[in-house]
Amino acid sequence: MSVGIVGYGAFIPRRRIKVEEIAKVWGADAPSYKKGLQLHEKAVPGADEDTITMSVEASRNALARSGGVDPAQIGAVYIGSESHPYAVKPSGTIVSEAIGAVPVLHVADLEFACKAGTEGMFLAQALVKAGEVKYAMGIGADTSQGAPGDALEYSAAAGAAAYIFGADKDKIVAEVVDTYSWTTDTPDFWRREYMHYPRHGSRFTGEPAYFRHSSSSALGMMKKAGLKPADFAHAVFHQPNGKFPIRVGKMVGFTMAQLETGWLSPWLGNTYSGASPIGLTAILDVAKPGQLILLTSFGSGAGSDSFVFRVTERITKVQSLAPRTRPQLDENKIYVDYGTYAKLRGKIRMAE
Amino acid sequence: MFSPAIAWREYPQRYRLEAARCTKCGKILYPPRLVCPQCGARTFETVVLPREGKVLTYTVVRVPPTGFSEQTPLPIALVELANGVRVMVQIADVADPESLTIGMPVRLEFRRINSDGEAGVIFYGHKAVRA
Amino acid sequence: MRDVAVIGTGMVHFGELWSDPLRKIWAGAALAALDDAGVKTVDHITIGCMSSGLFTGQEHLASLLADEAGLNGVPATRVESACASGGLALRTGFAEIAAGLADVVLVTGVEKMTDVDGAAATYALGTAADQQWEGFHGITFPGLYAMLARIHMQRHGTTIEQLAQVAVKNHANGRLNPHAQYHLKVTVESVLESTLVADPLHLLDCSPITDGAAALVLASVDKARELGRAKPLVRITGSGLATDSIALANRADLGELAAVRKAAERAYAMAGRKPADIDLVEVHDCFTIAEIMATEALGFFAPGDGGPAVERGDTAIGGKIPVNTSGGLKAKGHPVGATGVAQAVEIVSQLRGAAGERQVKGAKIGMTQNMGGSGGSSVVHILEVE
Repeated sequence: MSVGIVGYGAFIPRRRIKVEEIAKVWGADAPSYKKGLQLHEKAVPGADEDTITMSVEASRNALARSGGVDPAQIGAVYIGSESHPYAVKPSGTIVSEAIGAVPVLHVADLEFACKAGTEGMFLAQALVKAGEVKYAMGIGADTSQGAPGDALEYSAAAGAAAYIFGADKDKIVAEVVDTYSWTTDTPDFWRREYMHYPRHGSRFTGEPAYFRHSSSSALGMMKKAGLKPADFAHAVFHQPNGKFPIRVGKMVGFTMAQLETGWLSPWLGNTYSGASPIGLTAILDVAKPGQLILLTSFGSGAGSDSFVFRVTERITKVQSLAPRTRPQLDENKIYVDYGTYAKLRGKIRMAE
Repeated sequence: MFSPAIAWREYPQRYRLEAARCTKCGKILYPPRLVCPQCGARTFETVVLPREGKVLTYTVVRVPPTGFSEQTPLPIALVELANGVRVMVQIADVADPESLTIGMPVRLEFRRINSDGEAGVIFYGHKAVRA
Repeated sequence: MRDVAVIGTGMVHFGELWSDPLRKIWAGAALAALDDAGVKTVDHITIGCMSSGLFTGQEHLASLLADEAGLNGVPATRVESACASGGLALRTGFAEIAAGLADVVLVTGVEKMTDVDGAAATYALGTAADQQWEGFHGITFPGLYAMLARIHMQRHGTTIEQLAQVAVKNHANGRLNPHAQYHLKVTVESVLESTLVADPLHLLDCSPITDGAAALVLASVDKARELGRAKPLVRITGSGLATDSIALANRADLGELAAVRKAAERAYAMAGRKPADIDLVEVHDCFTIAEIMATEALGFFAPGDGGPAVERGDTAIGGKIPVNTSGGLKAKGHPVGATGVAQAVEIVSQLRGAAGERQVKGAKIGMTQNMGGSGGSSVVHILEVE
């Protein structure tokens, strides 16, 4: 049975903060941050935005592209995030209630640092493939935090992407050709319970974590599927900054031309569980029938999920049925200063 | 007033924008009621409100009520949706309150409206954004 | 229906009455009215109070206050219609006598607002709006009236300077009222320079938070004559009450205060009077725009002319139709439940020729207009002296 994406959508908040604004406050050298990490600015959620609100809008965009999928027929909703608004009470039930998927469905929230979104996508497509449900949705969304003054503060951003999977041939816009996952225990980045901010192993997060898992997963995926880099029109990797996804992409054999459509981080920041899923939506927005796409995520802790997608004829009919990703990234931006940013991100100690 | 029961019973209206259309005269009530104020009939069918509309009037609340101090200045508008139903909603993502106008086209987006403190239930609903 | 007379009035000084709890404030006004009327007991007590529960944690006011006034056992009714609670207490008392159920009624209104902080007071006042569908989104009372102001300004060209002039006039009148909370002098500049509360309304466009109470003693005309309290004879000749949707989203026309118009129509009909007959009026200027819209709804000015009328001086003490000679809610203060009764106290003083420097010459027919929330309810009374 062929399973694939029947609807996809992204939501990116409108506010932005520039790297210079953050660097100014902490006395850091903005040009070197910008150059070293290849980051210019990042998306900032409003006080009224969170993983749930962004997931609802991304889901609505996915439904709009789904050729009339009845939300009541979605049999499972999995939201992967490291910033679920409730520690106990799933984001998934609220999103399901908002889109009308309740009450006959499975819901569970997922966490695996930045790859919880693709884990949700994997589970969703697997459930459909197993014949357990007619449609299933996987969402990656985050309003991630970085400790004040820490390197991660320059990149921790907000956004969401939603994917509805199904098996109806006439609805699929991108078929799931194959999947692969590469996971170990690697303590590169973590957050203990009740702590506000995550911590990380600095340079340890590079080679032993991000690069090792992403490249093993991408190479293992291509080997399993009997494909090579040249077979793909697009490839998208997890994007913790602007530099890493390009480096790992080239490491495993892709060119800039294949990597650039899904490469959003220099202007979006790192949307954690939303990162590679949002990158994929930008690719789908312009993809052509017949093209192959490689998606390789990375989540600290650590693991990397890969998917090979084949774009179908139907893609061109749905691209414009909901807000595309690139305009959400590039248009109607509202720049905020660091004080406003700190207020919005709850970094200011308020009165009791 | 915050209570889990209040939040929960309002989901159809807050989350899904469900309204009631009088089966006799077609008037749309949001929120639903037991009796149609236009014709007095008692039977209704569920309809979903459109999310597109325009601003009929608005203000920017600068002295906020309890619980909204972090969202000040707070633009709030009476929006007339495409089907004629009027709703009061905040206007979100406003960079410059001076740019708001009567007649401005808007679209409703799912947003967090309030919460019962840091540990209580979160109240979600819709806000308008410039379309 | 029997004729109803006003035989006594009383009020306490309005302001932040830190030393006095609700029951003492109320009793002060009640006893002053009873003394003015020369009666020791009554057949019924009405009490207008919006929210003693949220402001002071106390309900069951009817019994509490009857007892407090030494009138234990006397029937008492507490009524609520948000900021129109006082006017509703007046109507309830009027109706008791008109229907023949009582001969003498003590009508009172009270609110104690300063025992809670500003945010809690804003919340309590906010319960006059539609909590679920307006308050939920963060709107405040100034915000609701600001929305109405914006429509009025767009439709009729009403200006913020005209709004400010309402405040200027009312503060000028308030300086002449010994019971008023504020004796400030206010100019158009000072209004426009005061803090923006909800665009386009400034702090000085808004009535304050106040503690206070006011009271009247009503009697059937026969009883008034019997008590020797019929010279001069002040009667309530008209009473009208109307409701409207609380929520602005459900109003038929955002450009008018329909509840005020309907209540006025009913009062005019009962009294056999029309706007041109009225010599002066106390209106519910919770916000400056409310005064302008009320004067239009009461029929004194055409829709859209309410703003220019203030500019022309038509509503000043010496003008065509003096509005809020007491200083209005703006300068006198707005202890919510007391306001509707205090408005009547001012009109009765004027009709008796006892308004001192605020006196409108030849005042024979006066009107009071009290309103709840953003126009969700309104009570209008017409009083005449012979």
